[in-house]
Amino acid sequence: MLTPVTDEDGAPFWEYAAQGELRVQSCADCGELRFPPRPCCPHCHSFASEWRPMSGRGRIWSYVLPHPPLLPEYAAQAPYNAVIVELAEAPRIRLVGNVVAAPDAPLNSVDPSRLRIGAPVRVSFAEIDGVVVPRWLLERG
Amino acid sequence: MLKDATAIVGIGQTAFAKQLPETEKTLACRAILAALDDAGIDPSEVDGFASYTMEETDEVEVAKAIGAGDVTFFSKVGFGGGGSCATVGHLAAAVATGQASVGVAWRSRKRGSGPRPWKNTAVQLPTPGQWTRPFGLLRPADEIGMLARRYMHEYGATRDHLFNVALACRNRANQNPAAIMYERPLTREMYMTSRWISEPLCLFDNCLETDGALACVIVSAERARDCRQKPVYVHSAAQGLPAQHHGMVNYWNDDPLSGPAWTAARHLWKQADFGPQDVDVAQIYDAFTPLVPLSLEGYGFCERGEGAAFTEGGALEIGGRLPLNTGGGGLSEAYVHGFNLINEGVKQLRGTSTAQVPDAATCLVTAGEGVPTSAILLRS
Repeated sequence: MLTPVTDEDGAPFWEYAAQGELRVQSCADCGELRFPPRPCCPHCHSFASEWRPMSGRGRIWSYVLPHPPLLPEYAAQAPYNAVIVELAEAPRIRLVGNVVAAPDAPLNSVDPSRLRIGAPVRVSFAEIDGVVVPRWLLERG
Repeated sequence: MLKDATAIVGIGQTAFAKQLPETEKTLACRAILAALDDAGIDPSEVDGFASYTMEETDEVEVAKAIGAGDVTFFSKVGFGGGGSCATVGHLAAAVATGQASVGVAWRSRKRGSGPRPWKNTAVQLPTPGQWTRPFGLLRPADEIGMLARRYMHEYGATRDHLFNVALACRNRANQNPAAIMYERPLTREMYMTSRWISEPLCLFDNCLETDGALACVIVSAERARDCRQKPVYVHSAAQGLPAQHHGMVNYWNDDPLSGPAWTAARHLWKQADFGPQDVDVAQIYDAFTPLVPLSLEGYGFCERGEGAAFTEGGALEIGGRLPLNTGGGGLSEAYVHGFNLINEGVKQLRGTSTAQVPDAATCLVTAGEGVPTSAILLRS
């Protein structure tokens, strides 16, 4: 499986994920949330930022079911789901992820017929090849 | 002013195939020399070049191989297929402002026999892959599939609408002997039963993977009158990078479904003497079928959310409201990052297309939607 190739701007997201926390970068001056993380605030141009905890609740904004040709470890699970989750606190911050039956379950562990745009989900975390990544569970499991 | 100050006077191309034996560099040289021959201009007169990224052959290699003279303008536009029309725009600006007199834009590509770009997982994307790739959002088809499903959900678009796009392109390819799909008709049953690539997108929603090269030659309108071919004027040109845009994964702004087309379109029409209702034929970038309804909205052929419905009733066919991709497009002629759409636009305005729109005098050509993009308006 591919693990995140992080950069300086994105590293805190993964460090918080490793502690089981979903946090999003926000401006330390005007408070505006921004994603993906970047050096300065596009609204007030401040370079001061902080990482604000999210509730971990959201809704499916869209999803795809990839089929081969795919990289081998993904092809082995295909068709699986990749979803975009809009966060409850900030609907225009949308995280790409996977809906799974349990935190450590494979990417194809939820029947695709149960996926719906608008379906409520909540975050969990799974360790993949030594890196902790967010996963999403259907609220009406 | 850019308007009608320059013209495309030569076009050239190689064969298109799943696999061609020659190198990308050789194919580039063949297409460029063919375009110059078409224009009746000696290669030693070329002093301007424009290309776009994901092209292996650079200006130095091309210039020395074709025997160009002193080159005084060269530019390379970013974001792959989003840059196709910008090459024409840059050369038009360079020629109009006296920085060059004979400009060549080209695209050479070995996508059919070469590696698939998404297999290189270390490549740095416009938005870092850390936010998408670990979750199995690996390929352009997956990234655009996300927008496609959301679009279908919001506006009631169906797979039949996407089929309308695929069919129009295939029908034109069936008229074009140079098209890869020349002898391969498409039916609704074939489309609906084909294998998935990334649901909701099936095989026929995806462009071809092609080896081939194309080029065009741009000179001043004054010089164009003395060239071998009927001039096709560059009426308007624009690039588009919208506020808070994120490339193929444009998921993180207020309105992910209004992409770069909207930005390019505003500037394109502002400079033009005519509007969308006056376009006789369109060459719209079609790496994936959903890009067409999104672009129809962005470029103002219909209102927001109406792009799918616009495709109904044969609207994109010859004789329809807006004949589309009349050489077959990226879906059915060849996928050469959209450069075949530029040359097809020129053919339409010369009156030499294999699927000629009667008396076509205006053509919109667009580059890749879903990435920082570009577009041109051509007129005869």
